[in-house]
Amino acid sequence: MSLKAHNLGVAFGGTWVFRGVSLTIEPGQRIALVGPSGSGKSLLLKSLALLHPFDEGRVDWFGEKVGGNRVPAFRSEVMYVPQRAPEVDGLVEEFLKVPFSFAANAAKSYDRELTLSNLKTLGRNDDFLAKPQRELSGGERQIAALIRAVLLNPKVLLLDEPTSAMDGDTASQAEQLITDWCAEDSSRSTVWVTHDIDQAARVSRTQFQMNDLSTGASQ
Amino acid sequence: MNYLEISFWHVACAALLILINGGISFALSLKLEKTLLIASVRTVVQLLLVGLVLEWVFRFDRWYVVVLLGCVMTLIAGITAATRGKRRYSGIWLNCIVSIWASAWLVTAFALLVVFEGTEKWYQPQYAIPLLGMVLGNILNGITLGLNSFTEALVTRRDYVESMLSAGATRWEAAREPIRDAMTTGMTPIINAMMIVGLVSLPGMMTGQLVSGMDPLQAVKYQIVIMFLIASATALGTVGVVVLTFLKLFNKDHQFLSGNIVSR
Repeated sequence: MSLKAHNLGVAFGGTWVFRGVSLTIEPGQRIALVGPSGSGKSLLLKSLALLHPFDEGRVDWFGEKVGGNRVPAFRSEVMYVPQRAPEVDGLVEEFLKVPFSFAANAAKSYDRELTLSNLKTLGRNDDFLAKPQRELSGGERQIAALIRAVLLNPKVLLLDEPTSAMDGDTASQAEQLITDWCAEDSSRSTVWVTHDIDQAARVSRTQFQMNDLSTGASQ
Repeated sequence: MNYLEISFWHVACAALLILINGGISFALSLKLEKTLLIASVRTVVQLLLVGLVLEWVFRFDRWYVVVLLGCVMTLIAGITAATRGKRRYSGIWLNCIVSIWASAWLVTAFALLVVFEGTEKWYQPQYAIPLLGMVLGNILNGITLGLNSFTEALVTRRDYVESMLSAGATRWEAAREPIRDAMTTGMTPIINAMMIVGLVSLPGMMTGQLVSGMDPLQAVKYQIVIMFLIASATALGTVGVVVLTFLKLFNKDHQFLSGNIVSR
C-alpha cells in the first residue's frame, strides 16, 4: 500500500466538485483518469499531492496521514506535474535545477547526463537547456516540466494532461519517456489525467472515470 | 524664533492659485473642477480641524490625550492601508493595523525616549504627534506598495508558486521571490528619498523649521533623524504586513490558499 485517498471531497462555495472519492495507488500501478472538463480531475490530483485543502476525507502515505513540515518531503515523493508550466526568468537548465535547492530535495542531485538522455527521448538536444525558459512554447514548457519531475525521481507521478500542448510526435515520445521510467523501477507509479481515450489506454493499465469515482458530487 | 504671522487674508491669496488648476481643467475639458473644489475644501477644513485639535492638545498637555490622538491617527492609517490596494483577503484589516501599529509606535517610542531624550516629558506633544504622523504617513506608503506587489505577484504568478510547491518547496521557499520583490517595492520610495534628500527639494519638516527661524544646521540634524526613523519604520511595517499576509495565504501544510485573495 502506498498512496491511499479515503472519501475525499472538495467543495467550492457550497457545491461539491467531487465527493466520496476513494482511491489506492499501489507501487507499480499505472492509472489513467478521464472525464469531462470541470469534473475536478486536476483538483483531485492536487488534493492527492496535498496541494489543495480538501473539505472531507483523508490522504494516507504508507498508512500515515501527512501534515505540517512533512508535506514538502511528501510532495517530492508524490509529485504533481501541473498542466500549465510557469514562465520564469533564466535558462531552461536553471529551471530544471531550482527544486534541487529545496530542503526537501537535499538528498537528490541534478544529473545532467540523465537530463540529456531524457531530452533525447523527447527529440531535443542540449541546445534546449540553454534556451531562455520564458521563450519556450507551451509544449516546450511541458517538456521542461516533465523532465524536471522525472529528474526529481518521485515514487508517484501525478500528471495533469502533461502532453496537452505538445505536437503528436512529441506527445508519443513523452508517453514513451514515462513508460520507460516506470519500467526502470517496478515500484514507480503514475496517475495520468487525459481527455484522450486512446492515450489513456496507452499510458495505463487501469482507467477511472472521474464521474464514477465521485459518488456524491451531484447530491 | 521669529517668523512672519500670516493671516487668513494671506491664506486666501494662496488659495487663489487653485484657479490655475481650475483654468487648465476647464480649457482642456479634464472635468476635474468638482474634484478640485472638493480637494481644496478638504485641505482647508481638515487642516483647520487639525490645527484646532493640536492647539487644544498642546495646551491641555496630558499623556493620555496624546496617546489617544496617536491611536486615532494609527487606526486611520491602518484602515487606509487595508482599503487602498487592488486586492484583499480576509484578515487584511487586522494585519494592516497590527503591522502599522507595531512598527510606528516602536520607532516613535525609540525616537522620543532615546533620540529626543532631553524633552521635558516623554510624551511632549509637540514632538510625539508630528513624529508619529510622519512615520505613519511613510509606513502607509511602504505597506500599500509592498502589499500590492505581494498579492499581485501571488495572483499573476500562481503557476510559479504552485510549481515550486509541487516540486517539494516549503511555503517559504515557494514564496521567497514574491516576498523579496514586495520588500524591495515597499522600501524603494524611502531609499530614493534618502538618496536625493536636499539635492532636489528640502523636506517639508525642514522647510517649516527654516521658515520658523531655526538654525539650518539644527534643522538638518532633525531631518537626518527623521529620515532614519522613517526608513526603519517603513522596513518594519512592510516586513510585518508581508509576513502576516504570507501566513494568511499559506497554511501550515504548505498549501497556497489562492482562493482567499479576491479583487475589489
